[in-house]
Amino acid sequence: MTSRRPAMRAHWLAAPLLSLAVVTPALAQEDPIKVGILHSLSGTMAISETVLKDTVEMLVEQQNAEGGLLGRELEAVVVDPASDWPLFAEKARELLAQEEVDVIFGNWTSVSRKSVLPVVEELNGLLFYPVQYEGEESSENVFYTGAAPNQQAIPAVNYLHDQVGVERWVLAGTDYVYPRTTNKILEAFLKNEFGVVDEDIMVNYTPFGHSDWQNIVSEIKAFGSEGRKTAVVSTINGDANVPFYRELGNQGIDAADIPVVAFSVGEQELTGIDTGPLVGHLAAWNYFMSVDTDTNYDFIDAWIAHTGDEMAVTNDPMEAHYIGFNMWTEAVRKAGTTDVDAVKDAIIGVSVPNLSGGYAAMMPNHHITKPVLIGEIQDNGQFSIVWETPSTVAGDAWSDYLEGSRDLISDWRKPMECGNYNVVRGSCGGSQAEEEASE
Amino acid sequence: MRMLPRFLSGLLCLCLLCGLPLAAQAQDDPGQALLDPLATASYAEKGEAIEAIIESGDARSRRWLEALLGGKLQRHKDTGRFVVVVENRGRNWPVVDALSFEDAGEMSRRELDRIGINNALRGQLQGALAVLDLHADEVRERREAARALLGDVDAGLVEPIRAVIDGEEDAEVRRLLEQALAIHRLEEGEAAAVDALSGSLNAQVRSALNAASRSEDPELAAAATSALADIEQKMTLNRGLETLYFGLSLGSVLVLAAIGLAITFGVMGGINMAHGELIMLGAYTTWAMQQLLPGQPGLALLLSIPAGFLVAALAGVVIERGVIQFLKGRPLETLLATFGVSLILQQLVRTVISPQNRSVVTPEWMSGSLMLNEGLSLTLNRLYVLGFALVVFAALMLVMRRTRLGLEVRAVTQNRGMARAMGIRATRVDILTFALGAGVAGLAGVALSQLTNVGPNLGQNYIIDSFMVVVFGGVGNLWGTLVAGLSLGVINQVLEPWAGAVLAKIVVLVFIILFIQKRPRGLFPQKGRAAEG
Repeated sequence: MTSRRPAMRAHWLAAPLLSLAVVTPALAQEDPIKVGILHSLSGTMAISETVLKDTVEMLVEQQNAEGGLLGRELEAVVVDPASDWPLFAEKARELLAQEEVDVIFGNWTSVSRKSVLPVVEELNGLLFYPVQYEGEESSENVFYTGAAPNQQAIPAVNYLHDQVGVERWVLAGTDYVYPRTTNKILEAFLKNEFGVVDEDIMVNYTPFGHSDWQNIVSEIKAFGSEGRKTAVVSTINGDANVPFYRELGNQGIDAADIPVVAFSVGEQELTGIDTGPLVGHLAAWNYFMSVDTDTNYDFIDAWIAHTGDEMAVTNDPMEAHYIGFNMWTEAVRKAGTTDVDAVKDAIIGVSVPNLSGGYAAMMPNHHITKPVLIGEIQDNGQFSIVWETPSTVAGDAWSDYLEGSRDLISDWRKPMECGNYNVVRGSCGGSQAEEEASE
Repeated sequence: MRMLPRFLSGLLCLCLLCGLPLAAQAQDDPGQALLDPLATASYAEKGEAIEAIIESGDARSRRWLEALLGGKLQRHKDTGRFVVVVENRGRNWPVVDALSFEDAGEMSRRELDRIGINNALRGQLQGALAVLDLHADEVRERREAARALLGDVDAGLVEPIRAVIDGEEDAEVRRLLEQALAIHRLEEGEAAAVDALSGSLNAQVRSALNAASRSEDPELAAAATSALADIEQKMTLNRGLETLYFGLSLGSVLVLAAIGLAITFGVMGGINMAHGELIMLGAYTTWAMQQLLPGQPGLALLLSIPAGFLVAALAGVVIERGVIQFLKGRPLETLLATFGVSLILQQLVRTVISPQNRSVVTPEWMSGSLMLNEGLSLTLNRLYVLGFALVVFAALMLVMRRTRLGLEVRAVTQNRGMARAMGIRATRVDILTFALGAGVAGLAGVALSQLTNVGPNLGQNYIIDSFMVVVFGGVGNLWGTLVAGLSLGVINQVLEPWAGAVLAKIVVLVFIILFIQKRPRGLFPQKGRAAEG
């Protein structure tokens, strides 16, 4: 049903626009600029993605209230890929080929992004992807406004090692591409940078929606009673986190003994949990709702007004959409057109305010600069920021810690225009190891 | 809030009128001088400020430390006034003054600076509060405080703890405190401390001994290693028991989820794919109950047991009358139709309630764990669910074996035609059986709301597992379901440590497939001619 609403709104808009035609021909002749929204509104990922759809709708409304873009109205086109990865590709095709949208904001899981990628490249679309991901990818048509591993995972591990003194590491994740690649990078990083040996690293994967954590938590407890500081680095995704944290609390694992730092648990996920027993566990993000700036408070107020829910929370991927949307409008203004190729060129170097009091700039590799924040969970479901990087960090598409990937750079400016330039070989086209890494 | 700005501005005027005296009064209060140093970004300086508060012996220090620990001690950005936030959800928070603890109206989060703490400071605060708790009146509280001190004793705490030990009458508290001191001595490198710790199964003790066994001092390292070997031996038995408990607990969940299916399977002759969604309805009933009775999660949970049963049973009747009765004897169509019903129910919940998971509160008496000994503790929520599963099973057995309804259900299941010829109203039995099976699914939902997420996908996660249990146990056999559920649970948990969660599931599935090849009718097949039909 939701997917039909924008179409109806278009009719509703069309009538007054037509009646204005006589007075302001310029405005009326121009079609609205179409903004595609590709987020699951049903299925497992609906829990996380629905709010992102609402965020983009809110941003579109705000932009229209400010007079639109290039004198034209913006129109949101919503489709529902229903947490079904192949359906993401079909819906992306529908948006680009039938609806002819000028830009798409969408996707959450890496597997859905991988499914959309060939479509967006074939039809030369623009996709803004707002979620932290595993890196090892660079596309001419995709802008990654979420964190690359060097903007989330690596700084978090650095923090645990330097500030908390962690020596033993549990890498626990859900069994799919993002946790596996991230953990591969982290393992290589721990071994190379801190000289951690194999027996001090415990890796564990669980299926999506795993709910029986008794054994794993008990193992973590045993692993942590070796007399050296132990931490859990969690890439556990989705709602499996709730029973995981509940089991941690019940088995008496305190954040002071074995802290858990999570990369996929934000304010939104915590709304489904009684956070009492979790106080002190950590999360690494580039934005927290508790960030103390006026732009953030304004954003929160707007969000609460938009949802009509006093208790509505904001989170990191929402900020990523906020930044991505503003970058895109800025680039369109700069280019003077919504033409994909012109916008693609214009957006590199564009810098817009983020919500934590700084600026985010679009880098030539289609990643953006972000501050890295570490927060501790509070009993009200919010995070208190305990550490942040002194300046923003630029996203790195190709990890410096993986064999093969280390030699690659991505630069979409002319004349290079290459997403996987091999600096050793001096040519565009990646490396053998890259194929292996991307599997 | 509408009233409050006026109230606040009134307060402000008052302050302005008597401006200087009030400010002076705040200055005079030694508490202000103690709190002021907390307003710094450096965690080290905050640590010193906390130390100063503890040493001051100020009567309010306990409330300050607790507020600080909860992140509720905050400072007004402009006036520098310290307040304690009473409720920190939403945008405007009711606050009380941190010095007088008198109501100070509401303040918005924009005006307040939180005095943030990190894990190190949290440890320091918890240690300080635990020392204060050592003087509590309740023995239980003192024991908990003493246990919290294990591994957290630093040089500054040694003397106060000694004093407490001398005055303490409870032997358990004394023992724990001695142990806490011994861990501290061990960390200082004292080999004699090992004796005081040997034989303890406590995780903190093991952790300290492990650290000591890597010590430079050969005497200490040797003593610690041999003490560890002793402990390790005792732990092996504990680990075995623990795994068994994990298995039974997982098994009890499977039994609860599957047993309703086993009942309906018998009369329907096919799988009810919407069974998972009936479980989901039970879980949502628990959530709704807790919304109706805010602040009483325990009572709400108890009331959810009958409520969940009724809601799911009603839904079951509607499904039976609306869909299944028209598809009698056509198992494939039944399967597809009920699958459709399951999708409809899921989307209904998504549209009407929310696609987001709902938070179901675990009551106080179900949180934490029951400690059997220092190395073995059973998590309470799972223990309750295990007990609940057994009670539900016993009740069902009673219904099936001892009541008229049970007799009729068994008759209809075994031979429908003959039962009708004997004057049993098969349609009525169908409805009642389906209601019973669905109701039990609702009960499973109530129990699951305490273990896992309450969301639209809850049912989907359990339907395959339940199906597996029913087929493995022998279709329509309650004992079979119990034995199959518990044994699958135990097998899964035994495999998990060395195979991993994903592989363990696969291995169990393969095992069942092989088993069904050998014995197509499951563990407890129905015997006699009726079974052939």
